[in-house]
Amino acid sequence: MNRGPGVSDAASAGPGDLRSAPLPPLSAEDHVRGRPDAQLVIVYGDFECSFCALAHERLRGAGVRYAFRHFALGAKHRRAPTLARAAEAAARQGAFWEMHDSLFADQGRLEDPHLWDRASRLGLDLERFERDRRDPVVAARVQRDVHAGLRAGVAVTPTLFVGTQAHPGPPDPEWLASLSVV
Amino acid sequence: MTVLAPGTPVPPFSLGTEEGGRFTEADLDGHTTVLVFYPFAFSPVCSDQLSLYQEVMGELEGQGARLYGVSCDSSYSQRAFRQQLGVSIPQLSDWEPKGETCRAFGVLHDQGFPERALVIVGPDRTVRWSHQAPSPGDLPGANVLFDGLAAAAGATAPRA
Repeated sequence: MNRGPGVSDAASAGPGDLRSAPLPPLSAEDHVRGRPDAQLVIVYGDFECSFCALAHERLRGAGVRYAFRHFALGAKHRRAPTLARAAEAAARQGAFWEMHDSLFADQGRLEDPHLWDRASRLGLDLERFERDRRDPVVAARVQRDVHAGLRAGVAVTPTLFVGTQAHPGPPDPEWLASLSVV
Repeated sequence: MTVLAPGTPVPPFSLGTEEGGRFTEADLDGHTTVLVFYPFAFSPVCSDQLSLYQEVMGELEGQGARLYGVSCDSSYSQRAFRQQLGVSIPQLSDWEPKGETCRAFGVLHDQGFPERALVIVGPDRTVRWSHQAPSPGDLPGANVLFDGLAAAAGATAPRA
């Protein structure tokens, strides 16, 4: 493909295509928790984002089903991409949500030694965790979420989707209650 | 006052660069330019906006586009803002005469700051695409930039 200067190939499709696209539906790659019969909420967030931690607190107490997708922008939060990859590395050992909850529970401790400590406490194989979080396949997995979010118009974290409707910012508890099953 | 429409030739203008030089209509020649007009350095939405666009600078450059941030802040403030965010997006200052370029592009808010607007200019100094956010607090996603580039490309060479 000709990638020369100019905008003549601006409309070309491909991995770098960031034109608007619908929110991808739930797939086998998604991390989902909550009652299967409850309203699905898709959350785009990053682990260094304090408003995402607040959203997490509120979602955890609500009767909804939710999926977490990475919207880790290094320019916004320096550690966000590293933390997203750490969560995906934990997922390879079946501990995505455990790592997710642990990161949101203590955002004052997000450096590498803190990640090793978390991995140990969660009973993960530390060598494998270290290898996996540096695996380009894991980085690509995170980037797929980020790109899909960009294309769906996500601009801030957290952004929650109910159906195709975007709700930027931490969710209002009353709004969440209105979505919840009892 | 509304943002310049596609097809409009860019008026003569002059903006200050971080290096102390001037950026004028002549600097638009020969490549596609994306001008991101934002209200204020260090304000919350503008911070989110530049961080967001930083994420896609590689893709923009891959399409041959050059993106600049434009505000009425001084170059010193813009540089401090850029450095604090850790972004590489070059900044252009509409400081003196204050707001004159913003006015020429139709994006000067009546309270003296730029509306949040995106303008894509072709290599021939003609506006190819523009977008003004419904209010300065609305942040156009990165997808809007790429839709704009696709539209600008379409405006260059209409598909058969």
